[in-house]
Amino acid sequence: MVTTITRAWEVAAAVPDPELPMLTLADLGVLAEVEERDGELTAWLTPTYSGCPAIAEMAADVAARLHTAGFPTARVRLRLDPPWSSDRISAEGRRKLAEAGIAPPTRGGSPTPGGLLALGPTRLAVSCPQCGSTDTEELSRFGSTACKSLWRCRSCREPFDRIKEI
Amino acid sequence: MTDDHVYLSLAEAGPEPDGEARWAYGTGFADPLLGVDAELPAGVDGADLAAYCLMLGDDALVLAQRLIQWVTRAPELEEEVALANLGLDLLGQARRLLTRAGQADGSGRDEDQLAYWREESAYRNVRLVELENGDFAQCVARLLLFATAREELYRRLASFADPVLAAVAALGVKELAYHREYAESWVLRLGDGTAYSRERMQAALDALWPWLDELFTPHEVELRLGVDPSALRAPVLERLAAVLGEATLSVPQTLPRAFVNGRGGRHGVHTEALGPMLAELQVVARAHPGATW
Repeated sequence: MVTTITRAWEVAAAVPDPELPMLTLADLGVLAEVEERDGELTAWLTPTYSGCPAIAEMAADVAARLHTAGFPTARVRLRLDPPWSSDRISAEGRRKLAEAGIAPPTRGGSPTPGGLLALGPTRLAVSCPQCGSTDTEELSRFGSTACKSLWRCRSCREPFDRIKEI
Repeated sequence: MTDDHVYLSLAEAGPEPDGEARWAYGTGFADPLLGVDAELPAGVDGADLAAYCLMLGDDALVLAQRLIQWVTRAPELEEEVALANLGLDLLGQARRLLTRAGQADGSGRDEDQLAYWREESAYRNVRLVELENGDFAQCVARLLLFATAREELYRRLASFADPVLAAVAALGVKELAYHREYAESWVLRLGDGTAYSRERMQAALDALWPWLDELFTPHEVELRLGVDPSALRAPVLERLAAVLGEATLSVPQTLPRAFVNGRGGRHGVHTEALGPMLAELQVVARAHPGATW
């Protein structure tokens, strides 16, 4: 039996991310839960970075999709705890990112991979999403959106984005 | 959805309530704590929590504004993008903290009312974050001091009694780790670079170091909430000494900048740099009160 929650989850889960439209909010781990309490349907979203402006669009898109899919009173609420982490990006999401030429983050990685007391650059083994070579280098830890860094492949010479660990 | 054109895929995303396809960040999302439980936890005084959220929120807002002033002025395009990203993180933290302050004090003031309609003397940021930008060495020196201290503070606040402040801190500690690493990498490059870059980097640290201690000076609100910032002094100074040592720079031996009758930024007593910066930050909102776009 397809329950209301399952159907509503499927609707909300299919909403694309505004900045990475190859991913859905479920792939990205932003859709935390869809629940029904006292007849009221709520979709809970967990924002990525504190300043990411896309959360406004995500909330509006999820509400609009749910309203047109037969849940006219559905609400969208933010859940800040536990905080979003790049580990929440699903295996499917990682595959889609790589297909789109964006290197996915390492699972269990941290913003300070060398530990708190490491000073100086820490080398990460990052594969080029175009040619697969690991002969890559970070050009800048900050890129086109809050969640990305900018890399270059020294084998195929292509630049590429990478989702950072957080 | 595999469309690789973001605007097309958004236009495809279905009918919007207003009947128009949305293609860029729109309006209608006034609340950065949308649907987050606003209830105050037992045992936390609302006025104190609001005052503390303003302190931390103003630190983040004012430094975000200073960082964003580097856009079009940074030495390299990558640094401009980096500084804008750091500012964006801080702005996001500030929005939640200011919104929380307006909830906790019962005034119902939203983030915009707090950011745009308070005078200089109502701002509660430490003076370090409001100082003029100076040169790029001063930019990274200030970031180093602020991010090292704020990361340490957020790590502790992640278990604070108020769930909203705790959540801001739990995410913020990871963002601040990136900020600190960025600052450290530049302090290392400039300090352990040429004789001239080392001289400029040392001069920047010497200029900003006297303002560091304010981050460790407790305000009565902090003491009542059990978040004494003087506990940060030792671990932060230890970390900074390690970075400066690696960068062949000296730890400045300057005395902390004095308060005015015991009052500093946390009490609304600021340097002359804050007023003009706020004028720039607030002018559009004040020229067009209530405008939305």
